[in-house]
Amino acid sequence: MTEIFGIPIQALMGQLMLGLVSGSFYAMLSLGLAVIFGMLNIINFAHGALYMMGAFLAWMGLEYLGIGYWPSLALAPLAVGVFGVVIERSMLQWLYKLDHLYGLLLTFGLALVIEGLFTNMYGVSGQPYTIPEELSGAFNLGFMFLPKYRAWVIVASLAVCFLTWFVIEKTRLGAYLRAATENPKLTQAFGINVPLMVMLTYGFGAALAGFAGVLAAPAIQVSSLMGSNLIIVVFAVVVIGGMGSILGSILTGLGLGVIEGLTKVFYPEASSTVVFIIMAIVLMIRPAGLFGKEK
Amino acid sequence: MKRKLLNIAIAAALIPAAGNVMAQAKAVKLSDNMVKIGVLTDMSGVYSDLGGQGSVTAAQMAVEDYIAQAKPKFKIEVVYADHQNKADVGSNKVREWYDTQGVDMVTDVLNSGVAIAVAKVTQEKNRIMINTGAASTRLTNEDCTPNTVHYVYDTYALANGPGKAVTKAGGDTWFFLTADYAFGASLEKDTSDAVKANGGKVLGSVRHPLNASDFSSFLLQAQASKAKVVGLANAGGDTVNSIKAANEFGLTKSQRLVGLLTTIVDIHALGLPTTQGMMFTEGFYWNLNDETRAWSRKFFTKHKKMPSMLHAGTYSAVTTYLKAVQAAGTDDAATVMKKMRDTPVSDFFAKNGKLREDGRMVHDMYLVEVKKPAESKEPWDYYHIKAVIPGNDAYQPMALSRCPLVKK
Repeated sequence: MTEIFGIPIQALMGQLMLGLVSGSFYAMLSLGLAVIFGMLNIINFAHGALYMMGAFLAWMGLEYLGIGYWPSLALAPLAVGVFGVVIERSMLQWLYKLDHLYGLLLTFGLALVIEGLFTNMYGVSGQPYTIPEELSGAFNLGFMFLPKYRAWVIVASLAVCFLTWFVIEKTRLGAYLRAATENPKLTQAFGINVPLMVMLTYGFGAALAGFAGVLAAPAIQVSSLMGSNLIIVVFAVVVIGGMGSILGSILTGLGLGVIEGLTKVFYPEASSTVVFIIMAIVLMIRPAGLFGKEK
Repeated sequence: MKRKLLNIAIAAALIPAAGNVMAQAKAVKLSDNMVKIGVLTDMSGVYSDLGGQGSVTAAQMAVEDYIAQAKPKFKIEVVYADHQNKADVGSNKVREWYDTQGVDMVTDVLNSGVAIAVAKVTQEKNRIMINTGAASTRLTNEDCTPNTVHYVYDTYALANGPGKAVTKAGGDTWFFLTADYAFGASLEKDTSDAVKANGGKVLGSVRHPLNASDFSSFLLQAQASKAKVVGLANAGGDTVNSIKAANEFGLTKSQRLVGLLTTIVDIHALGLPTTQGMMFTEGFYWNLNDETRAWSRKFFTKHKKMPSMLHAGTYSAVTTYLKAVQAAGTDDAATVMKKMRDTPVSDFFAKNGKLREDGRMVHDMYLVEVKKPAESKEPWDYYHIKAVIPGNDAYQPMALSRCPLVKK
């Protein structure tokens, strides 16, 4: 069998595939963060908690109301999005004119509160969410045994990422949004309701996190800590991609997932640090991130 | 700006302090007529389902039951605190308990890092720690003290049971999935030793970071090793997510998963369809006999969950301690320790448990196998008991002890 650095090529292909799966989650989460930062200038530390909420809402829907996976995939993000809108209207909107730090502190506090509430109610061991019937089982790709669910994660997240990119970069609504970011006062003067757009943007970012949460629910244990385990890496992804860059965060998310996957084969001990090493290097060479524009 | 941040930081630091003031207000007076027990545990972090509020409840139950049965002349009080899995927070809290609140004994103290720090403070202040939560064998070896009791389990006992039984039953090639820190490494080493001693072979291992979010890559490596047995030298959420991914990737069809620190809490969180057929060692199981069932059902009505081995052990430890205080007629640490060494533990938790010189409480352990969903007759009915491992086989023999207190 062909080998690369002592690792059979088939094993390597398998790991690349898995890297793509975790990259999909990074991409979706960092996309939400990038959208929020780009439009609102808020560093949304509550993103991990929103992701966790998405997963928990899916689980609660199934447990208490008998709502299956597919409806949850739409309903849970919607609920998280509405929750996001409430947060934006009731708290965040007062902070836009202040330093970034205030938004960061507020959202960080919110994350702690939300996580604390779920820990209090459901403990930390988490709840199991079974893979839907249609997606259980696996594809035999020849070089690996790929569970159907993981394949679905890649497809779903790529679709969502593409749609978001398309809406923001290629549609009239997206153009308004970008204009509102660039110069809110002037945009408002043209008769566009900027506060409404900002509110919807935050709601949408929150919904993206909720969607990622529902996607994650069958793959990992639904627990109150699932968000905080992931969020720091996602922040690194956003920084590497360039704060606020849509395409940057998608590509960096996928790319870093793959790099992390490969690290797990060659030197597993470093797999949790490799992203940060890359971040440090990128910051030294391109302080605005790979896809970011210097202001 | 900086000033604001500073203010926030100060406010954050003061919140726990305010809690202390409230705790102190409850009882400050230490008299000879009072026994105070401190439950130090993880109240909200990764191990809070394993110990946490359940341990506090167990300790309170023990005190209530003891007062009802023995009608002691002295007052007994239980206090508790969250150590947040930080050794410095834990040892500071315990120091405060000893210095200002007259706490005589601390229990639970899960998390080996915290436990070792608390053991030192306890020795310095000459009180007693009956540890029912931590896993490391260091507590009864390099870091043993005359004031430490290690009550429920340790890594040696966890590793030895499955290492021996599974290897002898034909699972003679092993691959380890190991949490990349001291606890994981020691669990892997102890198990490897047991596997090799019984004629098995260790094919390899992969070290994963603590709280890894995705285990599929590590499991693929375990699968590629073709080992018959995959040992999970990790704990808590890491174990739970490893098991979940192992099922998804079809690893459980051809290889056997062995948890090295798996408890009923994990099985309950994952459900039987995912965990069936797993084998591991437990220090307690609620559905063993009438005695354990009776106590556990009582615990269930208060805590709404069946007890983990830590919860049952904490109840037993507090009772044992109170009996020893009563019998010794004093709360002097050395006298009470001697009394506990002289009196075997016999209750629903342990039969003929013996407290050794190195601080190890030796009692029988159970090698369990998780039932198939169809075999489970009621909620929480999860285990087949495959073997009862006699205490002397389960725990590290005294001849191998590295504890300076042990005379050889």
